[in-house]
Amino acid sequence: MEPFVSLQSVAMAYGRGAEQVRAIEEVTLDIARGEFIAVVGPSGCGKSSLMKLISGLHLPSSGKLTIEGRPVTGPLKSVGMAFQNSNLLPWRNAIDNVLLPLEIVQPHRSRIGRERAKYRAQALKLLESVGLGAFAEKQPWELSGGMQQRASICRALIHEPEILMLDEPFGALDAFTREELWCTLRDIQQQRKVTVMLVTHDLREAVFLADTVYVMSNRPGRIVMRREIELARPRDLEVTYTPEFQAIVHELRAGIGGGRH
Amino acid sequence: MQVIAPAAFTLALFVLWELVCRVFKLPLTILPAPMDVFGALWQFRAPIYDNALVTLWTTIAGFLIATVFGLVLGIFVGWHRAIYSALYPVMVGFNSIPKVAVVPVLILWFGLGEVPAIITAFLISFFPIVVNVATGLATTEPELEDVLRALGASRLDVMRKVGIPRSMPYFFGSLKVAITLAFVGAVVSETVGANKGLGKLMLDAQSAFQVPIVFAGLLVLAVLGIILYVITALIEKRFTRWAFRGQHR
Repeated sequence: MEPFVSLQSVAMAYGRGAEQVRAIEEVTLDIARGEFIAVVGPSGCGKSSLMKLISGLHLPSSGKLTIEGRPVTGPLKSVGMAFQNSNLLPWRNAIDNVLLPLEIVQPHRSRIGRERAKYRAQALKLLESVGLGAFAEKQPWELSGGMQQRASICRALIHEPEILMLDEPFGALDAFTREELWCTLRDIQQQRKVTVMLVTHDLREAVFLADTVYVMSNRPGRIVMRREIELARPRDLEVTYTPEFQAIVHELRAGIGGGRH
Repeated sequence: MQVIAPAAFTLALFVLWELVCRVFKLPLTILPAPMDVFGALWQFRAPIYDNALVTLWTTIAGFLIATVFGLVLGIFVGWHRAIYSALYPVMVGFNSIPKVAVVPVLILWFGLGEVPAIITAFLISFFPIVVNVATGLATTEPELEDVLRALGASRLDVMRKVGIPRSMPYFFGSLKVAITLAFVGAVVSETVGANKGLGKLMLDAQSAFQVPIVFAGLLVLAVLGIILYVITALIEKRFTRWAFRGQHR
């Protein structure tokens, strides 16, 4: 079967000429439809650049990047994104924040004026599925960090994207909230079968959630390791305390290296 | 408490002023005591009222033009980094010209009247609005822009959905500064040359050694300045409640 997303020897650089900064080099990887991949690596290794590349915000400087067999030439529109900072708009309440992408992307854009009620119901259902049903009318600052992040993920999902891009989405949360959100994300992915690319530097997070983990090297980032996580699904938080789980985490840690053991 | 403290302080200031004038027996032509000032204010209430209305109207007219123009130019300047860096030095240069120096030119062009005052009020007050709006737009979080651009949003979409609402607190915040400046501009212009207005009234009183009237004029200016400031501050709170969240939590 043809891969959904395919990168072949892709390189990407910022700037031109002598000041050029090579962000990633020689990246080759395939993502199947519905696959959950995680990219881990030291900070500044180009993980976020990889994300910009696949979402079409930045074009590769060399190599081949295709989605469903077609080369990527600009923003994909079928991408949902969430970041470490929830970036909710403070002048909109939770549900209106979730509705934002529908005001941009077609065909919803031309419909949302007339069918606001229908779209609101849809957004409310999504918020309910992450446990935020009672908070739909709250302003962002009235929500806790974890709730803001849930709302941000809802915003990334509302237009039913084919790829969900998450850039260290749980990086700023406390350990307990983070694990709670792992489970939320796990369930969302299970139900919707959406393709997910998660950028993180939390190895446990990567192993718990992903089907495949890629380890990137220091800048310019290259893929130095690919590890399929064969732990059975559905995974429970308990799995993170098993020896198999720990062994995979250790293996990945060794792959990152850097002499910081 | 919020009303009592400033009121008590203002009263104390007047009492101190009155005492200083009486103890040192200062002549009326140097520093009139508050009692004399209030006396003059009452005695000349009709001309002071007439001229205050003129100053108020020129201030507000100049301020409104500055608001519209500042908002439009601010959005234009904040639209793109290149426009920002191209126009910014020119605007700073323009802003550092003392506006008093421009008034004679304006009088030459438009004659003695309300127009030079309105234009001076406008010229002096639009700059902070432009800078604030442009800054609000220029500091939009790049991640948020990525979220929207990945959905195929145009520059206009990003501006409408994020940039402009986000710069509104900056805009309304700058109005407080702008209204005060517009007031200064109008009065300065009237002082340089006009046929009406508080500035003109004070200038005439000064050349006739009617110092209590000059001080009465200053007092009216201070009160009007406070009122205009409070009105814009209330407008700011009304329209950008989300930016003041910390205060009524």
